[in-house]
Amino acid sequence: MSELGIQPFLVLSAFLFACGVVCVASKRNAIGVLMGVELILNAANVNLVAFARFNPAFRLDGQVFALLVIVLAAAEAAVALAIILNFYNNHGTVDVDSADELQG
Amino acid sequence: MSLPVLLFAVVATITACSALGVVLARNVVRMAVWLLFTLVGVSLLYFLLGAEFVGATQLIVYVGGTLILIVFGVMLTAQAPLREMRTRPAEWLVGGLVGALLFGLLVAVSYQIAFPPSDHALAGVAPLGLTFLGVTDASPTGDVTGVPTGVTVPRTPVAYLLPFEIVSVHLLVVLVGAAYLARAKRRVRS
Repeated sequence: MSELGIQPFLVLSAFLFACGVVCVASKRNAIGVLMGVELILNAANVNLVAFARFNPAFRLDGQVFALLVIVLAAAEAAVALAIILNFYNNHGTVDVDSADELQG
Repeated sequence: MSLPVLLFAVVATITACSALGVVLARNVVRMAVWLLFTLVGVSLLYFLLGAEFVGATQLIVYVGGTLILIVFGVMLTAQAPLREMRTRPAEWLVGGLVGALLFGLLVAVSYQIAFPPSDHALAGVAPLGLTFLGVTDASPTGDVTGVPTGVTVPRTPVAYLLPFEIVSVHLLVVLVGAAYLARAKRRVRS
């Protein structure tokens, strides 16, 4: 593991993060946007666990933060899906472009 | 090439290709399947790093819980015109540009950090659980990073009982609220 170093993990995490950002920015389906957010949270988690492995000061803290992020991501997905289902019940679509009733 | 490097190469390739599949797939059902492979790949990465408990939690909570939730959302909302929604080319251009810029910036930053290659085994499940119970100090031997060598900065002992309780109560409240929000109602329109 020591010949691998931390940089490959950081590069993979950056790639996952970029994929999530592109997903959030370009998908029109609200569930697709939610999947992009999940990708972003996973990228952050990979960073946390990698730093826990390669930095002795974070050997427990990184894992603890990763676990908390996983639980909070589950809560976020539940609320987001509830909102999406409500929106679908009221509008008959999940297109995020049609959620424009708050614009002036 | 040693075994960890080879395993990392395989797992990282699978994860990155699946993440790319999530971005490029137009059908939302296929996006969910690609997301499944991405999450499994990330959990394999945790196992590779030695964080068994986090990897198992990722498999149980993410793959077993969150992804099932997303698949149910897809099934409840998937009608023929909604399953494939085209994105305009201008939006692809802007999103891809922002993503590529972010990727370049993060890679440049991650290669700039001067990191001592101190490889150490991660803490196992027992210290993790004791930390969550507030019994032990989270990292008693860890130094405060970012200070010059020779300077000792006193650090306070940390444990994670209070955040753990806050997160568990938060999860309970959020799930009750989500069940209330998504309860069966009469459809208003269409």
